[in-house]
Amino acid sequence: MTPSAAQPVVRAERIEKHYRMGDVSVAALRGVSLDLWPGEFVAVMGASGSGKSTFMNVVGCLDRPSAGRYLLDGEEVSRLSRDALAGARGRSIGFIFQGFNLLPRTSAVENVELPMLYQGVPGRERRARATEALRRVGLGDRLDHSPAQLSGGQQQRVAVARALVNRPKLLLADEPTGNLDSATSLEVMRIFQDLNDEGLTVLLVTHEPEIADHARRVVTFKDGLVLSDRPVAQRRLAAAAAEAAS
Amino acid sequence: MNLLASFRTALRALGRNKLRSFLATIGIVIAVAAVVATVALGQGARAKVAQQMASLGSNLLMVVPGSISTHGAATGAGATQNLNLDDGRAIERELARVVAAVAPVNRTGAQVVAGDQNWFTQVIGTTSSYLAVRQWPLSSGEPFGREEEAAGAKVCLLGQTVAEKLFGPQPPVGEQIRVKHVPCKVVGVLAPKGQGSWGQDQDDVILMPWSTLVRRIQGTQSDVVGMLMVSAQATGLVADAQREATALLRQRHHLADTADDDFQIRNLTEMQNAASEQTATVTLLLGSVALISLLVGAIGIANVMLVSVTERTREIGIRMAVGARGRDVLFQFLTEAAVLALVGGLLGLGLGAAVAKVMAVKAQWPTLLSPQVMAGTVLLAGLAGVAAGFYPALRASRLDPIEALRYE
Repeated sequence: MTPSAAQPVVRAERIEKHYRMGDVSVAALRGVSLDLWPGEFVAVMGASGSGKSTFMNVVGCLDRPSAGRYLLDGEEVSRLSRDALAGARGRSIGFIFQGFNLLPRTSAVENVELPMLYQGVPGRERRARATEALRRVGLGDRLDHSPAQLSGGQQQRVAVARALVNRPKLLLADEPTGNLDSATSLEVMRIFQDLNDEGLTVLLVTHEPEIADHARRVVTFKDGLVLSDRPVAQRRLAAAAAEAAS
Repeated sequence: MNLLASFRTALRALGRNKLRSFLATIGIVIAVAAVVATVALGQGARAKVAQQMASLGSNLLMVVPGSISTHGAATGAGATQNLNLDDGRAIERELARVVAAVAPVNRTGAQVVAGDQNWFTQVIGTTSSYLAVRQWPLSSGEPFGREEEAAGAKVCLLGQTVAEKLFGPQPPVGEQIRVKHVPCKVVGVLAPKGQGSWGQDQDDVILMPWSTLVRRIQGTQSDVVGMLMVSAQATGLVADAQREATALLRQRHHLADTADDDFQIRNLTEMQNAASEQTATVTLLLGSVALISLLVGAIGIANVMLVSVTERTREIGIRMAVGARGRDVLFQFLTEAAVLALVGGLLGLGLGAAVAKVMAVKAQWPTLLSPQVMAGTVLLAGLAGVAAGFYPALRASRLDPIEALRYE
């Protein structure tokens, strides 16, 4: 499915990434081209070493490609400086990580405030927006809890709130369900599907086919290249599965 | 990221590891305390010297008879009797451009009696110029004048200590006392002056006209004076007065160009400068020790910051992933180091001030806490913290976000 919109959120053109390991150069990506249009929900799959993590780092502006062009929301970012890349990351991308990656001994609301700190949002607005974001993921009554006082699912929802609080163009989730049991995984996938239904573009990296089936389109990597790129035939709906289970 | 936010972030990060933060900052605490205490001592000593010099008199020169050598054997200063009243009058008359007042001074120890009280004290024979030269006001009564000086009138001024010993709380002015065998009328009481530079009680003294002491009490007809006290017109003229008085006295004493002076002129400003230089040297010495401990304290902070950066690699990765630029991370760790050092500096300031206070009260050492020095020292500590935190902060800011996120 390709919604008709002016420009893709992600346009990767023949992206290559080489690493030097001693004297040998290892190619992690060998010319990947991929477009993500607004409102898409794409799952990236592949075995470890397939290049999917490297691709996700490039898309997330954490790394620069060795060759090729990457346009994020129409802006060429593949040649930006480290600091400019950090700015693009903060403005346009929301990250969800496998290990939650919340700051320890820091309250939920302060964790969610973090991305706004680096965008120069004034303190009062930061607090208001962080509180609102936590309410939306159902944690309005857990604002002052530290990560250690929250369950795994709750921690991941704090991470979702943090990813969304700067109103990013793209939600980037790297194995978001890797540390969660199946019921909680379902809960998180339901949040992603709801967000996507509201128009947010989601890129999900996973190695679990059942999780990938929650997306609308699945791209499979192998040896640094795109092996297959197909729409999901029978999409799983987390909301329906949750109702069936209860 | 604004200043307030990063300040709060820094405080919170340091608060998470209170003991370590405290240990990291203790070097700075000790260094700042040492600087504050030593400078307080040094400045206190200098102020005390200045105050003592001022209590002797302003712009003061002391002319004393010099040594002469007879057949190769030198006598000590003051052993000769070649300074007389006319020398003093000549200085006053001929050097009026640079000299404000001249007072001859002869001293003797004497038993003084008033009613059934008696006391042994020092009697100074001089003129009323003595009060001007030594800037010594009266607390009651009137000074003696030229007529009484000329007549050798039996009048005297009592120092505060003598007044108390002889009269207790009663007002002495108008009473009669006996100095040795000579009855004297008390016409005034000197204001209290306190301890002199060598710890003697300056108020344990009686002043009377020069002629009264020499003619009536000592019973001689000599014009020889023990000392001439000369005050210059202004501080800037002390050196001129000294030079011109030297020339005048050499001429009056008919000294050949090759001969040594047969008198000595002591310049209080020189003595004061020598004393100040001495305290300045000690202050410099102690101050440099304190600066070295500040350096050691800064190294302590650098060390703890390096550990902290390594420990918090993952946190740095997270911050970078959500949009922190290198300079945001740099600033965050610099702020932490600066806050550590500033808090240490403030603690050290308190400790140093307390130590100075204790020394002032218990050991009676004069101390002076100057706000500029205190503010400067704390600022210096803060700068040391920033300098110490710079390398660790730079390392943090240069971390690769991908590596940092993967760090366990």
